[in-house]
Amino acid sequence: MIAFENVAYSYGGGDLLSDVTLRLAPGSFHFLTGPSGAGKSTFLKLAYAELLPTAGRVTLFDRDVTTLSRDDVARTRRRIGIVHQDCKFLDHLSVAANMALPFTVSDRESDPQDLDELLAWVGLRHLADALPPQLSGGERQRAALARAVIVDPDVILADEPTGNVDWEMSLRILTLLVELNKMGKTIVVATHDLNLIRQAKAQVQARVLRIAKHRVQLAGADL
Amino acid sequence: MRFPRAKPASPATRALQVVPPSGPTAWLATFTAGAMTFLCVFALALSLASGRLADRWSEALARTATIRLSAPAEQMEIQTAAILSVLATTPGIASYRALDEAETRALLEPWFGPGLPVEALPIPRLIEVVEGDPGYDSQGLRQRLAAEAPGALLDDHTRWRRPLAEAAERLRILGVLSIALIGAAMAAMITLAARAALATNAEVIRVLRLVGARDSYIARAFVRRFTLRTLAGSAVGTAAGMAGVAALPAADAAGGFLTGLGFTGAGWLWPLVLPLLAALVAFLATRRAAFQKLRELT
Ligand SMILES: Nc1ncnc2c1ncn2[C@@H]1O[C@H](COP(=O)(O)OP(=O)(O)O)[C@@H](O)[C@H]1O
Ligand SMILES: [Mg+2]
Repeated sequence: MIAFENVAYSYGGGDLLSDVTLRLAPGSFHFLTGPSGAGKSTFLKLAYAELLPTAGRVTLFDRDVTTLSRDDVARTRRRIGIVHQDCKFLDHLSVAANMALPFTVSDRESDPQDLDELLAWVGLRHLADALPPQLSGGERQRAALARAVIVDPDVILADEPTGNVDWEMSLRILTLLVELNKMGKTIVVATHDLNLIRQAKAQVQARVLRIAKHRVQLAGADL
Repeated sequence: MRFPRAKPASPATRALQVVPPSGPTAWLATFTAGAMTFLCVFALALSLASGRLADRWSEALARTATIRLSAPAEQMEIQTAAILSVLATTPGIASYRALDEAETRALLEPWFGPGLPVEALPIPRLIEVVEGDPGYDSQGLRQRLAAEAPGALLDDHTRWRRPLAEAAERLRILGVLSIALIGAAMAAMITLAARAALATNAEVIRVLRLVGARDSYIARAFVRRFTLRTLAGSAVGTAAGMAGVAALPAADAAGGFLTGLGFTGAGWLWPLVLPLLAALVAFLATRRAAFQKLRELT
């Protein structure tokens, strides 16, 4: 679904990422790890065409990203659920309206009961009418996850979804991601939390991609 | 967990304000659109009124000039022949013709009554001259006539109307130009306002792109807002402008220029076009600004 072939990316200085070749198979669960500033967010942005590779080829659903028009990118993103690192919301709209946004922007809307069910799944039913600035870190992450999955995407890319939350909440978010993976979704989670990765390995067959020295490498069993 | 089923958006969902309301600055665009349309109503009244005036005066221009010959009876034929030969060799004259007695009588009848013995009276001979394009040099013609036929008098009383008709025509052009300038200024103003709104909402746009919004969806949110604002503002401006024009003193019978400033009959429908035109300008300007800005973002 998402394939990188000898991809390099540079913000202008030297290459931040270089010679990245990998393929995310449907239904797989990947962690992407590496120290802060290693390029995890950059990697994910390449995977949803916010950034275009400076060398090599990124293929999304068998199409080279450089051949995608702006509308194609928009359509592709409806098949990729993105949990952004800082969970951007529209602060003037309710949590429920924010979650429904991927439908709204394609002139659709969800069945209200189904939306309610999704809210319950992430444990935010009681906050449906709240505004995003009123949410705690963990609530924001779960609202962002709900928004990412509402359109039933094939791939879910989560950038530090447990960034600002306590351990208990991290586990809760991880459980949601594992559940999604069991429904057949391809998952990529960027995180520098090795404990989280260990915890996940007990629940799901997860592979770990590590960014080191500008390369993205499949890590061995040891962490 | 089941993934939500989708159905076509309801009107409420379609009308959802995904771009946050922009507060008091939004009123500036509405106010400016109103003020500009108000001015536009007067520019329109000006160009319609001067158009009417120019038509009236140009029509008068098409009329002929007249040469009047008063001379002793024995001189009459000689001087008439002299005049005709002068006219024949004067550039800028389309045609000329000496009126015969019956025509002269018909012209004089309103003043002297029927049965006028033209032959018995020292009635001047009349020669009608139709000006060509370009016209003749009246000063030169007068001098030649004075030399060849001392009893001849050129009366081109329509000539004073030409500068007036020209002035009215210029005034009409100025009016139309003003309308075009106001329209262009409105487009510029709305472009600036739309650009500011797009820049202010860059973060909102990023979120929308992230969840898969196409440019046309995002642009629509801004375009709708600015088009409606402009429509509202210029509707008020038009109403105020029309009320102002209606409150001007009524045109008098003589049709003087100042009192003739206004709309007549179906002319009152013209200003009603202005809000629609303003909304169209806003629609196009915002759309252009939006797509331009969106291309800068991924
Ligand atoms: N828009 C940008 N322009 C220039 N440099 C950037 C930009 N975004 C990120 N970087 C730099 O690229 C590096 C990797 O960033 P990022 O991918 O966010 O890392 P991570 O998510 O692993 O912390 C950092 O050094 C960061 O400063
Ligand atoms: Mg990051």
